[in-house]
Amino acid sequence: MSEIKKIKNLKEFSTSADRFEGANLLCPGCAHSIIVREVLNATNDDLILAASTGCLEVCTAVYPYTSWDASWIHIGFENGSTAVAGAEAMYKALKTKGRLKQPERTPKFVAFGGDGASYDIGFQWISGCMERNHDMMYIVLDNEVYANTGGQRSSSTPIGSSATTTPAGSISYGETKNKKDMMGIMAAHHIPYAAQVSPNKWKDMVKKIQKGFATEGAVFINAVSPCTTEWKFDPKNTMHLADLATDSLVFPLYEVIDGREYNITYRPKNIIPVEEYLAAQGRFKHLFKDEYKYLIKEWQERVDANWAYLQRREEAKV
Amino acid sequence: MANTGWDEFEIGAMLRTFDGGIDDIAGTKQEDRSYTQNSSYTASVADWRLVKPVYNKDYCIDCQFCWVYCPDVSIISRDKKMIGVDMDHCKGCGICVEVCPTNPKSLLMFSEQADEETEIASWPSKDKGEE
Repeated sequence: MSEIKKIKNLKEFSTSADRFEGANLLCPGCAHSIIVREVLNATNDDLILAASTGCLEVCTAVYPYTSWDASWIHIGFENGSTAVAGAEAMYKALKTKGRLKQPERTPKFVAFGGDGASYDIGFQWISGCMERNHDMMYIVLDNEVYANTGGQRSSSTPIGSSATTTPAGSISYGETKNKKDMMGIMAAHHIPYAAQVSPNKWKDMVKKIQKGFATEGAVFINAVSPCTTEWKFDPKNTMHLADLATDSLVFPLYEVIDGREYNITYRPKNIIPVEEYLAAQGRFKHLFKDEYKYLIKEWQERVDANWAYLQRREEAKV
Repeated sequence: MANTGWDEFEIGAMLRTFDGGIDDIAGTKQEDRSYTQNSSYTASVADWRLVKPVYNKDYCIDCQFCWVYCPDVSIISRDKKMIGVDMDHCKGCGICVEVCPTNPKSLLMFSEQADEETEIASWPSKDKGEE
């Protein structure tokens, strides 16, 4: 195993040489590239990457340009995970046969996917990778909507959100189904490591990514990625939205080891009401009408219940 | 079309980011890399911008929040010091200004046509807040 890169503070982190380039076509203020940069800069090792179809893929590989300074595979909607798993399997086979040209190098295998590619379309493939326990990391850039194709709902879209296929109006409050508990499902694969991260907590993120790289076996990471276009907020407020998401506990930051041991890694000093998180986004605007106000109360109850559940799981260590 | 083996590529199926090989990319700064025309580093999105960040180094404490939260790799930091903004790749989102903790801020957004020196000369003074 190679050494883990030492990152004590942000100044030390800032000496990293980026392996992701600007002039990609992601929207101004997109959180995807912030997450990608934090992940790529967390290691000095070689990287073998893939991205499932989604904003990240189509915006960073517009022919004749690529924004990646590492081996990167352009692949279909569903199989970003298996492309990397295949590369990992090949690497392992060549290593066993002693046919690696530079055996001292220890590449890391990472696949990126949006929530559409992960929660819906590539779900079976990811489940397969986790079940076979490939030595790879799968990272979901969870913006809770199919942002690349114009904002259709995905199974990650939360209740009350107005998406183009679940528009809010006079007879509907938007999405009616609750968000899929992907972390729970992935933890149930009993993979060595699963974690939920947020770009605003960069240190927590880097720590978890490094832990994931050091782990032998499949790693699942769910990263919240505030989408300025579909969540409908001003691009400059991306980090503010990420702060609201983590501090209101809509996206609690925790990790699951071996599918059993839960650790909460961030406890906000001041837990803010979910109402503030909802109010900051245009997609929840209609919830503040009198007839839909009960949904905000339900939101708060759901988030509180989830937080209580996580705390009890952490305490129980089972 | 000639038959290709399993480990060969058709022309155009693979883009090379660098001329020749760079052995240690993670240890090579951007200015020392030999990018090809295929890297988006050689492209520019400067024409997307309506507002631009202006950097005033007098107030900067080199905290690097702007560096880590910049989505477009446009904050140039070398040896733990913030040097400036990469205007070819900046899309003018304004995140760097929002996350800047100094008072007054060391990065502010101005219209694309604004003159940098004039704006730095008339930089706002410390905001004491509403007390």
